[in-house]
Amino acid sequence: MEALENKSIHILREAYSEFRNLCMLWSIGKDSTAMLWLTRKAFFGHVPFPLVHIDTHFKIPEMIAYRDRLALEWDLDMIYGENREALESEGTFPAGNATRLECCKYLKTDALKNILNGSWPRYRLNHKTGKYEMDSNTDAYTGVIVGIRADEEGSRSKERYFSPRDVNSGWEIGEQPPEFWNQFKTDFAPGTHVRIHPLLDWTELDIWKYIKRESIPVVSLYFDRGNGRRYRSLGCAPCTNPVESTASSIDDIIEELESGKFSNIAERSGRAQDIEDGGGLEDLRRGGYM
Amino acid sequence: MNDNQSAPNESMNIVVVGHVDHGKSTVIGRLLADTGSLPRGRLDQVREKCRRNSKPFEYAFLLDALKDEQEQGITIDSARCFFRTKTRRYTIIDTPGHVEFVKSMVTGASRAEAALLVIDAYEGVQENSKRHAFLLSMLGIKQICILINKMDLIGYRKDLYEDIVKRYTEFLNRINLTPQYFIPISATEGVNITYISEKSVWYKGPTVLEALEMFKADILPEHKPLRMPVQGVYKFTGGGDTRRIIAGTIESGRISTGDKVIFYPSGKKSTIKSIEAFNSENKSIVTAGFATGFTLEEQIYIKRGEIASLANEAAPQVTTKIRANIFWLGREAMQRERPYSMKVGTARVGVTLESIVKVMDTSEIKYIPKDRIDKYDVAECILKTNREFAFDTIQDIVQTGRFVIVDNYEISGGGIILEALNDRQVKIRRNVISRNRKWEMSFIFGEIKKLLQRKTILFKPI
Repeated sequence: MEALENKSIHILREAYSEFRNLCMLWSIGKDSTAMLWLTRKAFFGHVPFPLVHIDTHFKIPEMIAYRDRLALEWDLDMIYGENREALESEGTFPAGNATRLECCKYLKTDALKNILNGSWPRYRLNHKTGKYEMDSNTDAYTGVIVGIRADEEGSRSKERYFSPRDVNSGWEIGEQPPEFWNQFKTDFAPGTHVRIHPLLDWTELDIWKYIKRESIPVVSLYFDRGNGRRYRSLGCAPCTNPVESTASSIDDIIEELESGKFSNIAERSGRAQDIEDGGGLEDLRRGGYM
Repeated sequence: MNDNQSAPNESMNIVVVGHVDHGKSTVIGRLLADTGSLPRGRLDQVREKCRRNSKPFEYAFLLDALKDEQEQGITIDSARCFFRTKTRRYTIIDTPGHVEFVKSMVTGASRAEAALLVIDAYEGVQENSKRHAFLLSMLGIKQICILINKMDLIGYRKDLYEDIVKRYTEFLNRINLTPQYFIPISATEGVNITYISEKSVWYKGPTVLEALEMFKADILPEHKPLRMPVQGVYKFTGGGDTRRIIAGTIESGRISTGDKVIFYPSGKKSTIKSIEAFNSENKSIVTAGFATGFTLEEQIYIKRGEIASLANEAAPQVTTKIRANIFWLGREAMQRERPYSMKVGTARVGVTLESIVKVMDTSEIKYIPKDRIDKYDVAECILKTNREFAFDTIQDIVQTGRFVIVDNYEISGGGIILEALNDRQVKIRRNVISRNRKWEMSFIFGEIKKLLQRKTILFKPI
């Protein structure tokens, strides 16, 4: 655990030193929240870059409340963005006008792409008023920190710590740069950006053990609150199913993953879009998905 | 479950290398399946997919997750998977054996502490069987186990197996590699992977799993001199924070509060005032492997790229010329009189190829006369940097004796430093610096003497 923590901190610091327009994606889930905590460790209590949340507006409401509470408490430079057009024209899966995968593409991939390159509006938290305001900064982010893990699904196991994306956010898997020892790709051509993955070597179990060790606050949706169900992985409400589980504490969850009922069931088995993509996220991810 | 042992603390990264189609992914797939490390339903899911596409089931499909890979039956990029035994947690890194994807093999291997090298018993030693072994030695991996796979195709014959072992051992001796074990296996039939099979009764060694368990975890160089490449100097003012923190990962040695530190190449000195951390108890000592930070007693101007060392320990080398081994991966050959950038530790310096000592073609493992370094060549060469930088030779401290070369935004080569060459320019500059210092000192002392000789000393406000 110590080795994982040190490696992640090293990567975060490399990213901070080498990229001028850097941001971190925060999905409010346990992984990116653990990553946010690692950032506070790397920078001695501070978070020296903005956090970006892609809001699909189908997130479970509790997630948004939790986001804003921590943003104020931890003094985070919080930004969110969305695909307003798709939401207004109802071109989504919940509205019945798109498949799950198309919906993921519109609300997440397209929104992410356009928020990162600055062509769609970004909304930034004003700490004085507690409200979000249109952000005047539209510079493209050239370094984007993402909390994906190699053990989540096949295409993520092929990732680099520093992974280049082309002008259209595309990912060329066969053409990935080499990573020698502790040296990463930090040079990039104009118009392209680099995705940075500090959690690549962590497993789901590692994340929970770390959350316990550090007492990191996580959203309560991960715990059973009396109805025998909890979320193992968080996404949009229409496409994420809770699992049958009575785990009501972090210890229960660790037990369940280590030797209990989930010790050999894939984490993302409750995520419907994976099944539609033939059991993985490869097509989405080649197109710029996180 | 009555064994309430928590998960093992130790972890190890193992890379699996070898020529294309020699069965690397199959070995891993088998290892995962036979140790019960696959998620429930995964095996059936892959079997079902194969049945639907009228393809014979292969263990490799468990790993080769990408659609292209399954279609072409090759691994394109290194994938990682995890499994646990009682002793430790393994991360198994699968790498492509195809020549085109050597970049990925290097990436996979440079994250590993030990390697399994797979050779097809039927096809024998091929181009990448040699190249990968050579790269492993250059990347610094010393624990290697050779798996002679597809023994079923040669009827588990001992004489044929021994012939491959003999010839490959001769080759490994030439590049100074000594493998821990040779194991005859059949990944498709599961022979000698997790249990010893009767099909090769003549084989008396360990299984692949046993061989893995006998590998030793890397020991961090705690007892070598301190090397902490400075990643950044942080002064975050939020919340009234006034600390100025020198941050970095300790590559070797240790730091304690009160230690006298010297930063290279600048040669600036100070003393460690406090070791800083967030959400952890205050530490007064931190050792190799830790990403840490400290504040200084005397505020000196330090930048990213310097290496912190201790005043009472051996200093790193500082020069502008080195002899190094480079493995080149760039699309364009490395040539003289072309500017490149070199990353070593956290420093970045401009560099040119001054001369080539010798070039090795890694498919043949033989030296060839050349005036440039082509893709997949390994060259011993002299590099000249445009300013002084701090480092160690690979023999002294591995972590600060490695570098990469960046050409046109891309990491195009990796290398190890064999020797610091004392180029004349540096000596002259050093002499000038020390002469200046002496001159300054005598000048200052002279001034003080003069002042002291006066009756009254006037201090002018500055």
